[in-house]
Amino acid sequence: MSAGQLPRWADLGLIPLLNLTAAFLVSGLVVLIIGENPVEVVKILLWGSLGFGEGIGFTLFYATNFIFTGLAVAVAFHAGLFNIGGEGQAYVGGLGVAAACLMLDTLVPWWVTLPFVILCAAAAGAAWAFIPAWLQAHRGSHVVITTIMFNFIAASMMVYLLVNVIGEAGSMQPETRTFEAGGHLPMLNDIFPFLDFGTAPVNLSLILALLSAFGVWLLIWRTRLGYAIRTLGANATAAVYAGISPARIIIIAMMISGALAGMMAINEIMGSQHRLLIEFVSGYGFVGIAVALMGRGHPVGIVLAAVLFGMLYQGGAELAFEIPAITRDMILVIQGLVILFAGALEYMFRPTLVRIFTFARTPASAASATPAK
Amino acid sequence: MVDIFFSYATFDSMARLATPLLFACLAGLYSERSGVVDIGLEGKMLGAAFGAACVAFLTANAWLGLLTGIGVAVGLSLLHGFASITNRGNQIVSGVAINFLAAGLTALLGQAWFGQGGRTPSLPEGGRFLEITLPFAEEMASVPVIGRFYSEFLSGHNILLYLAFLAVPLTWWVLFRTRFGLRLRAVGENPAAVDTAGISVTFLRYRAVIICGILCGFAGAYLAIAQSSGFIKDMTAGKGFIALAALIFAKWKPLNAMLACLLFGYLDAVAIRMQGQPLPGIGEVPVQVFQALPYVLTVILLAGFIGKAIPPKASGIPYLKERT
Repeated sequence: MSAGQLPRWADLGLIPLLNLTAAFLVSGLVVLIIGENPVEVVKILLWGSLGFGEGIGFTLFYATNFIFTGLAVAVAFHAGLFNIGGEGQAYVGGLGVAAACLMLDTLVPWWVTLPFVILCAAAAGAAWAFIPAWLQAHRGSHVVITTIMFNFIAASMMVYLLVNVIGEAGSMQPETRTFEAGGHLPMLNDIFPFLDFGTAPVNLSLILALLSAFGVWLLIWRTRLGYAIRTLGANATAAVYAGISPARIIIIAMMISGALAGMMAINEIMGSQHRLLIEFVSGYGFVGIAVALMGRGHPVGIVLAAVLFGMLYQGGAELAFEIPAITRDMILVIQGLVILFAGALEYMFRPTLVRIFTFARTPASAASATPAK
Repeated sequence: MVDIFFSYATFDSMARLATPLLFACLAGLYSERSGVVDIGLEGKMLGAAFGAACVAFLTANAWLGLLTGIGVAVGLSLLHGFASITNRGNQIVSGVAINFLAAGLTALLGQAWFGQGGRTPSLPEGGRFLEITLPFAEEMASVPVIGRFYSEFLSGHNILLYLAFLAVPLTWWVLFRTRFGLRLRAVGENPAAVDTAGISVTFLRYRAVIICGILCGFAGAYLAIAQSSGFIKDMTAGKGFIALAALIFAKWKPLNAMLACLLFGYLDAVAIRMQGQPLPGIGEVPVQVFQALPYVLTVILLAGFIGKAIPPKASGIPYLKERT
């Protein structure tokens, strides 16, 4: 009843902004409940994430993870699929990164290893997404449920592998040996000496993430495959009439999605940790959901949302340090609220806005004064 | 060796481990039968566990704790209902949001209030549901077969466990023998027909979602103030998702739900006892195999390789009343 009655800028800009504001206002309430000052919290968050070089570095490092996982969720979303399995796909992607690094790190420099790492990470992530995709396409099992299950299966499998198979012999830690120089991505600090990111592990994968975002934009809006993906997502029946095979597109879209999630592991494993370790994904896969929803599935929006979440992660760490009552779990709360308002309650403010705009259009003068809520 | 698979101790822990799953599974059953998919079982359980532990600690009264747990879970359920019924939002997204909110808020508030790394202090006496010895359990113990079964397996659990298993026939009766149940099932299959009959789809779904919250409240309270003595950060550890898997395994039927939860509880119980024990002919089975088994089984079931799991037809689809 209300579709298409809002100007485009309101639909793309105002509604997400309102949703985001609502999410942050409620987060502020939570801070008040704990008995701290929300303004102080915002100050620390901003300073911690953007106030100094190292903070910016960490913000960008986290953002790199979120760009990958956010893109992963978005690509599946365009095909009408909800990929909750980014967490598992990224985890298994780590296996690909480790495989390539462990084999090549002593033999060749990093720039020879990197293509193989990208290939292996993407392939591992895609393979982990393939099974739920195939099951959805050919057996009708709902991809949401199967990807959730696959997250847990991945977690169990990786623990087993790290403890019993690929873990470093003689070490009590469930992790592989540390990679040699051939398995280290250069830090941005080293590539661009004029930057000062301190000890922040922001590395070359940030560039890779931005390239991936551009690639996803090209894929979704500039290729035949992207058109098929969007058509399937918009209207599966119409897609069939247009000669698009849903089964094929479901599998391809999910595998691209899995590949992107898998590539997140490059940043963590080859870029920062230099070894495959347990639970290195630690929720970044799930953040992708919030990032994709907030970025409305568009690569530009996703990059911006990823930076915002990077700020929350880095600022949140600083916050936990400055105000012990507020732990990093605050990020989970904010994330939940963003998902709630930007995703599930996406259109809550819409009817009101539509009323305001239709009202405003008749006198034709009050248009600019209306967004105030 | 046989002990691990067949002993009263194993069966005992099977029942104990199955109880929270069963509550959560039945909770999901009501919700999904009414057409509202609930990925947020995990979050509701966690929230309920936290609420129950907080109040049980402060008042030293387990019943007040249970009540609070139910209140928290119903609150989260209403949030889910508001998003997915009233605002016709994406039910899965809303469920995911609830999981995040619960995980974050419980840890955050737990740390802010008690300062023990997100856990609540150990519960005082009276704050826990203790084990009940059924009448004559001592005397019956000497009777062969039945006596041991009665005194070792049936007796000696806390009241919530008994309630969980009582909830199974009750759920069956409500769903299949009452008018409310008939309408509930109908609204999950064909909301338009229910609407045409002059019954409010919205109200029916809200009631289902509230029942779901109540049962999740029991599940969470069981974890925090019956099975353990206090709340621990992230204490549900995926049980909500196992319950979801059990729900699919049960094909959305109450009795099957109990069997599925017992099966998953059994796997868990065996896994705990199997650690470091080699199986004859197979060797040592990694504990991760048992951990992953419920999920693997569910995927296989979903794929239709061992029977087909068909959810209620309208589940996951918001209902939009047509207006003229």
